[in-house]
Amino acid sequence: MEVEKTALYNYHKNLGAKFVPFAGYEMPIQYSEGIVKEHISTRTFAGFFDVSHMGQFFLEGDGTLEKALEKIIPADLSSLKINQSKYSFLLNENGGIIDDLIITRTEKGFCIILNAACKNNDIKKILKHLEPEHKYKLNNSLALIALQGPKSVNILENLFPGVSKLRFMNGNNFKFNGAKVYVTRSGYTGEDGFEISIPNNKVENLVKIFLNHKVKPIGLGARDTLRLEAGLCLYGHDLNEEINPIEADLKWAISKKRIKDGGFNGWIEIQKNIENGSSKIRIGILPEGKIIAREGTKIFSAEDKEIGKITSGTFGPSINAPIAMGYINSEFSKIGSKIKLEVRGKKYNAKISQLPFYKKSYVK
Amino acid sequence: MIEKKFSKKHEWVAIEGEIATVGITKHATEMLGDIVFVELPEVGKSLEKESQAAVVESTKAASDVFSPISGEITEGNKSIVDAPESVNLDPEGASWFFKIKIKDKSELDSLMSKAEYDKFVAENPS
Repeated sequence: MEVEKTALYNYHKNLGAKFVPFAGYEMPIQYSEGIVKEHISTRTFAGFFDVSHMGQFFLEGDGTLEKALEKIIPADLSSLKINQSKYSFLLNENGGIIDDLIITRTEKGFCIILNAACKNNDIKKILKHLEPEHKYKLNNSLALIALQGPKSVNILENLFPGVSKLRFMNGNNFKFNGAKVYVTRSGYTGEDGFEISIPNNKVENLVKIFLNHKVKPIGLGARDTLRLEAGLCLYGHDLNEEINPIEADLKWAISKKRIKDGGFNGWIEIQKNIENGSSKIRIGILPEGKIIAREGTKIFSAEDKEIGKITSGTFGPSINAPIAMGYINSEFSKIGSKIKLEVRGKKYNAKISQLPFYKKSYVK
Repeated sequence: MIEKKFSKKHEWVAIEGEIATVGITKHATEMLGDIVFVELPEVGKSLEKESQAAVVESTKAASDVFSPISGEITEGNKSIVDAPESVNLDPEGASWFFKIKIKDKSELDSLMSKAEYDKFVAENPS
């Protein structure tokens, strides 16, 4: 398979990026200052992220489109207003998560932001449910840039007057260098911020303005530490087809109306899990000391019974300690419980923590 | 003057009589990124040349540190366990990893000089 590059590839290179292959793309993992500095500058000032590898999938259609999508996406699309976004999932027949996504109602239908590694498979699954009159397009001529951090709003308001009035998970159309851009107040860092969908041929001009405002470019490395501190899941690690949204502790992302009315893939399984509790559940973990427990680390109870596995683990620069997420047998999942983690053959003490590790400051 | 030698796995060895001090090179720290965890071998442990001796973790991943020579561990640098980030600041000075009692001085011959190591790094970019 040929490795793909985003429109900003050469620009990243000039900024000192180190690249890694990620979901079929050559993506910056970090720039010259390193992950910790990138992380801290996002939390204290602002950082921009090239997330153009993600799929921007546009759908057009009448009311039947909404009904078709609701069969595989458990969001209450009928209540979604134009320019409003919701975090949701594509579900398989058992309620397993095929992908997690952001769906936005547009004037003509919907836009769905899909994970890069999943997008082609996702589209195949979505197409099975569409009617012949529904139109669709994976728009590869658009870049996607996230601007995240407390100063994002001031910087972006100069460029796009009115963005400061957007509420979290709401967006609007703006103009940039004569081109139409779409800005939503959203992100993946636990900070206030925006995501900007912009034509590939304008994206360099946009990030030049960010750099002039002393906004740092942020790679995948800090994106991972930021999202994990914020308790957010990474598909392929914390979420997969063997895990349903209840097990992932993401019940909040399914509206009460949809849980009651059903009519989507995996509804029965999900309802059962809500009523009886799921056998495993996603939790936050704080290891004692400095030990880092990475993905795959086995989790044991205080009595040495194997009870689960870590799905993401790293060092959290803002809380200055190691952090992790994983799945354990629900009976052991009480917050504050002592557990053990097996790292390189030795067991280390840890405890179950609330998520997020780092308090969010979204603008509601 | 203390003689300093380098391994292809990016460790440095400073030799003072029977004892060698081992650490990782500046180039190694640049490849690893921000170091957030260090695990050292226990004092008294016997290590073979090129066997796994210590663990260093960055925000990205865990990596092994190997002992460039055989011998017995005499001391570990506790300060880098308490402050792993100090390895990024002074990897070839204060942030050494461990001291080892040299078992076989002839093993040192297979290690590189500073000039040879710099050439090796230039020819083998990460």
